[in-house]
Order: sequence, then C-alpha cells, then structure tokens
Amino acid sequence: MSDVKTPMLDELSGGQWPSFVDQIKQEAVHTPRYNNDMLKQLEISYSDNRGHWKHGGLVGVTGYGAGIIGRYTDIPNEVPGVAQFHTVRVIPPTGLYYTTEALRFLMGIWNKYGSGLMNLHGTTGDIIFLGTRTNHLELMWDELAAAGWDLGGSGSSNRTPSACLGKSRCDAACIDTMDLIHNITNHVMDELHRPAFPYKFKIKASGCPNDCVAANARSDLAIIGIWKDDIRINAAELKNYFAKHKDPKQGFDMVNHVALMCPSRCIEVDVNAETLNIRNGECVKCMHCINVMPKALHVGEDTGAVILMGAKAPIVEGALMGTVLVPFMKMDKDDDYQDFKDLLEKTWDYWEENGQNRERIGETIQRVGLAYFLQQLELEPNPNQINAPRDNPYIFYDEFFDEEEEAAG
Amino acid sequence: MATVEEVAECMFKEVEQFSGKKRFKPGDLIKHVQKELGADKDQAKLAIRALTEDGRLVYSYFGGTWLELPYQEGAAKG
Repeated sequence: MSDVKTPMLDELSGGQWPSFVDQIKQEAVHTPRYNNDMLKQLEISYSDNRGHWKHGGLVGVTGYGAGIIGRYTDIPNEVPGVAQFHTVRVIPPTGLYYTTEALRFLMGIWNKYGSGLMNLHGTTGDIIFLGTRTNHLELMWDELAAAGWDLGGSGSSNRTPSACLGKSRCDAACIDTMDLIHNITNHVMDELHRPAFPYKFKIKASGCPNDCVAANARSDLAIIGIWKDDIRINAAELKNYFAKHKDPKQGFDMVNHVALMCPSRCIEVDVNAETLNIRNGECVKCMHCINVMPKALHVGEDTGAVILMGAKAPIVEGALMGTVLVPFMKMDKDDDYQDFKDLLEKTWDYWEENGQNRERIGETIQRVGLAYFLQQLELEPNPNQINAPRDNPYIFYDEFFDEEEEAAG
Repeated sequence: MATVEEVAECMFKEVEQFSGKKRFKPGDLIKHVQKELGADKDQAKLAIRALTEDGRLVYSYFGGTWLELPYQEGAAKG
C-alpha cells in the first residue's frame, strides 16, 4: 500500500464496499510515480473543494483524432507525477468476452506505459486506461496495434459501438447483437477514428427490450431487438409455474406477480383452469412476463429491431430518451445489415450538414421537429413514433392541406 | 473534379490563413471544399486523413473536435 498521507481520502476506505482509494493505494506499489501524486492531488482537491484536472488539448497518436483524451493537472509543481495524465480508450471485444491472456496483455501494457489504473468498462463501453504521459502514447499504441487492438472513439466522433452479449448467452435476444455491432464497428471505423460530426454520436444495441446496455437512454442511435408475432408459450413449463402458484411456500403469485403487473393488461390468468391467454396485439413488449416466467414464455419468432434516436445524458441541454424512428427493421446478416447502414448514412448526412456545434442528434430533432426530420430521412410517419397525444390545441392544419393540394397539382 | 491532393491543399490554406484567429471543425473544412472546389464528402474525408497522417494538421479537443496547425500547448510544456 502507498504510504502517502491522505486523511480525508481515507474516510472513503471505511464501510463494507470496495473503495477506489484502496485500489489506487494498492496500485501505487507498482506505479508510484503516477499514483502517489494522484492521491496527493485528490487529497488537495478534497481540501480545496475543487478539481485540479484540465481536460482536452492536442494529444493523440499520429493520424487519429480520437481515442486519447488529454488530461493535465493545474498544480504540476506540487504533483509532477501527474503533470500529464492522459486517458486512452481501447475498443473492447464485442460482448465483452476476454481471455485471461488478453487481460494480462492489457494490464502488462498499462503497467509498462501508464499508471496501471484501468476501468473495465466505462459508460462508453471502452476499455479505459487512466493516466499516461504524452511521450508514452506512440510507444504504447505501437504495441497495442501490433497485438490487434485499436483505439476507441472520443471527441466529436462516432463513439465505440457497444452491445449486450445477445445470442451468445441470452434466451431473450431477438437479434445477434454481437455480430451486428462487430459488423457496424468495422463499417464506421473512419468516423470512429477521425471525428467529423457536430458532436459525439453513440450507437448501442440491446438484444431485447430489457435493454441491458441502456441503449434507449444512453445512445444517439439505439437498436433494440423486438418481435412482431406472438409470445411463445411452453405448455409443460407453464404447468410448473401454476404448481408453484398453488404452493404457498414458493411465494409465486401468477395473478399479482404476472397478470396485474402487465402494463397493458393483456394477460389473463385462470389459476383454476390453469390457462394463460395473451392478447398479443396489445402487448407493449415490456418483457415483464417473460422475465418472471422465463421457462414458460419466450419472445416470438418473427424478430427484428426497433430503431430509436436521440437519447443523451444532460450536457448542453437536459437528458433525453430515444424517439422511435423505425418501429421494426429486419436485421439481415445475409444482406450485411444494409437497411440499417443506409439509415445511418442518411442520418449522418443530414446531421453533418445541419447540426450545430455541440448539438447532439436528439437536440437537432427537437430543434427542427420530428416531422421534418423524418421527411429528410425519407421515413414514413408512424403512430409508434408518437410518445404522447398532443396537448397543444393551437395547431392549424390549413397549411398542410394547402401543401397537399399543391403537391397533387 | 479536384484531386484529393488539391482538396487537402485547399483545406490546409484555409486553416493556415486563419491560424490563431479562428478554429475549424472537420465539418467546416468539408463544407469549405465543397463550396470552393465542388469536392464530394468522401474526397474531403480522404484529404483530412492525408493531412493528419502527414502531420500537417492535428486534431485538438476543446469542447469539441477541431483541426489545427501543430503547436505545443502550454499545459504540455509544464
């Protein structure tokens, strides 16, 4: 453990949870140059009530505009070890599967060229290496690239696309998210490494509406697996769930835990007759019934994805959730996901041309209006794109009718 | 139709002319060469790639990504 005196930070080591302070102190044994000074700076920040990091600047590796985030301290004389403390983002394997050999390689690289502190995985989904000096970047990059790794997105680029582990382990996956995101990542490599957008752009794919990667809340373009046909019912397993319902020791209640939790009330359960009926036309794909009875209920067989756009965390404007753009799109491997790629190209073309500086695509949609945006992307309006009925009565349709009449000649 | 080299040169001149006065986003330079030379977007992206790989322009990040002439920033000198 590091012997740097940090009385204020040490208070964060108490309690039953793991502490980043302990972890940094442990790592400081291997890389004292960085971590002792980082601990000192943190202690100073806690005492000053202000951060001392400066962020951004020129650092990077030759030819790439993304993947390295410059970070400096504003008190370099007091903490020279972290005068430069850049972050490096590396594209992880899709689905986040690693061999121990790969992990040891990454840790070895970062002990050699950086602080040894890593974050698997940040909200970006990337492998995050925290803290290195400018003159180590090219050397580290040469070794990483030679071993087949590549830098992730940062700045105004397409960020590293991320996916849940999809069909590799999950019964509910409606699309092969790992294959899709691997394919898309290779397709958008230039946009990932050479930022050319008004601001950042994130693509995330979840295999089902459980949305384990929070694509609907965290990505500018969310691909969420969904089905069009009926929920499949396994009759034998359903019988077991009714047996559980009838056994008070099991604490499983088909009515209160399943039917009454359905947001669209489309499930009817008759515990005496042991029947379960789903009005699939009214199902809103919330996944609750499938999650609580995973052996008896399964997603349908006619699967594809819903495409949503515009989610973001609050930075310039407030937080936004995604808006449905395409209610159902087949994710066709044999066609190399061409429909999705066409939509992506159209979106980027419009946003690059019309997006304002530091304006996320969701803010662009808000500014120009969803109807106009759909027109530009040549998408048909659909009731699924509407979040709530309009509450403003002061809408005049005359001009729309005039336009239609003009168009009809 | 202009060559990628000509597009790159046009971009470089624009950045050089306004160096220290104005920053350019990659999108600004793409629009500039579209207007000046009628270049298409793919050509413009290849030109940016050539300029950054040669080190004539570098990417920087100040609340967004910019393309600039290389220089040593104050923070890095410390």
